[in-house]
Amino acid sequence: MAKYLLLKHYRGAPAAVNDVPMDQWAPEEVSAHLKYMNDFAARLEETGEFVGGQALAPEGTWVRYDGEGRPPVTDGPFAETKDLIAGWMVIDVDSYERAVELAGELSAAPGAGGNPIHEWLELRPFLAEHSTVTECPHR
Amino acid sequence: MNEALIRSLTPSVLAVLVRRGADFAAAEDAVQDALVEAVRGWPADPSPSSRLRSSRGDPIRDAKGWLVTVAWRKFLDASRSDAARRRREDRVEEEPAPGPTPAVDDTLQLYFLCAHPSLTPSSAVALTLRAVGGLTTRQIAQAYLVPEATMAQRISRAKRTVSDVRFDQPGDVATVLRVLYLVFNEGYSGDVDLSAEAIRLTRQLAARIDHPEVAGLLALMLLHHARRATRTAPDGSLVPLAEQDRARWDTGMIAQGVAILQAALARDRLGEFQAQAAIAALHADAPTVEETDWVQILEWYDELVRLTDSPVVRLNRVVAVGEADGPRAGLAALAELNDSAPTSASRGSPMPRHTAVAAYLHERDGDLATAARLYAEAAHQAPNLAERDYLTRQAARLNTLRRG
Repeated sequence: MAKYLLLKHYRGAPAAVNDVPMDQWAPEEVSAHLKYMNDFAARLEETGEFVGGQALAPEGTWVRYDGEGRPPVTDGPFAETKDLIAGWMVIDVDSYERAVELAGELSAAPGAGGNPIHEWLELRPFLAEHSTVTECPHR
Repeated sequence: MNEALIRSLTPSVLAVLVRRGADFAAAEDAVQDALVEAVRGWPADPSPSSRLRSSRGDPIRDAKGWLVTVAWRKFLDASRSDAARRRREDRVEEEPAPGPTPAVDDTLQLYFLCAHPSLTPSSAVALTLRAVGGLTTRQIAQAYLVPEATMAQRISRAKRTVSDVRFDQPGDVATVLRVLYLVFNEGYSGDVDLSAEAIRLTRQLAARIDHPEVAGLLALMLLHHARRATRTAPDGSLVPLAEQDRARWDTGMIAQGVAILQAALARDRLGEFQAQAAIAALHADAPTVEETDWVQILEWYDELVRLTDSPVVRLNRVVAVGEADGPRAGLAALAELNDSAPTSASRGSPMPRHTAVAAYLHERDGDLATAARLYAEAAHQAPNLAERDYLTRQAARLNTLRRG
């Protein structure tokens, strides 16, 4: 019973094994890829492990506070930003091992030539709000 | 008629349906529907309550009779429409003659079924909360911060998993206790107080099975719960045991926990929950933090290490060594722990509080620079926000002190 964030990157992850840009694939390979992703989410809903997920636009804006009474300053997007998130999925699983297993499955999504992409996905545990009651008896 | 009372009838009503021949999954759905109707209808709508008033006997018994009747009707309706859909003959034709519900209590069997070893921990927890606790899927989903659809799937999958388990098969109490322990530790989120719910379910279990570890777990829960109001400051930040306002501890609950524990210990069948409860009782017993009997606490930790050999217990024991024999002894025990266990725990199961314990012992030993560095490091590894913020404040406090 732990939540994990699965992050897919446009940029910033190590190179995948089957590293061909999507626009170079055959159209049916693109369709097969998207179907795999949808089926994966559907399967997780069925196992009761799906919490949420969303794809993100590649272009974003940087925003910061600029002092009392002034509108926030916006900037970017910056071409030099190294880490660019493409999408996220949150899962609620029984163990770290299960989270790794699922991330591995997602990384096997087919790409060019219908072969698995072996894409690197980032797996980040959520910080729970509270600490468990009995595990730390000196509190 | 309050919701808690209605919910407390859940397992016995469900057991009646199962004994009448309904399969567990369908019966569980029917009971859930009946509960929703009862919660919605009982306080405001006069019709079910007038039915209640008109029946004889004690009100709880009557409430149970009402729930059995409604749940059975819902079960029949569901199986009929099911059957119609499948163009099959309804396998349940007749409603059994109304009469007193059987006196046999199968509640215990439900605990075993919902904690069956074929279930994953999260499934067992969800199923127990619904089928034994009578919580709705939505309440469980909110408590565990997952979408309702996800929780519904988790529960129906769990029901499929145990569909072939024989209802009258004896189960293992230890698996039930592990599930209740998990629920208790989840604490409070959403509109469901899971700790209080775990206590209710453990109390209900203890009334049905004579087992020192069930009593031990109940005592443990009560002794921790008695301090709950003082464990967090109004701003939500963590207050460690040593700084808690002992005047605000729930002494009635502590007395109850201690009494239950003493009766269990007298049976001379020690288990890990009794040992944990004994430690909690020694803390709860101390009028001031200075009067804490750390020597006895340490003895209980030695017992606990023998019983569980868990790394968490070994680490907590180091804290007790530090208090009983001084920080140097604590640091030595910590070093010993490092030697006996591989330090590079896998990324999935690190020992997050190891560094926090080291920081605390170094501070007690007067090495503030090392303590500050370790507190910051421990904050970085903390498994939850409350501990991270606490550890960050400790590091900040020591760094401010050192800057003078």
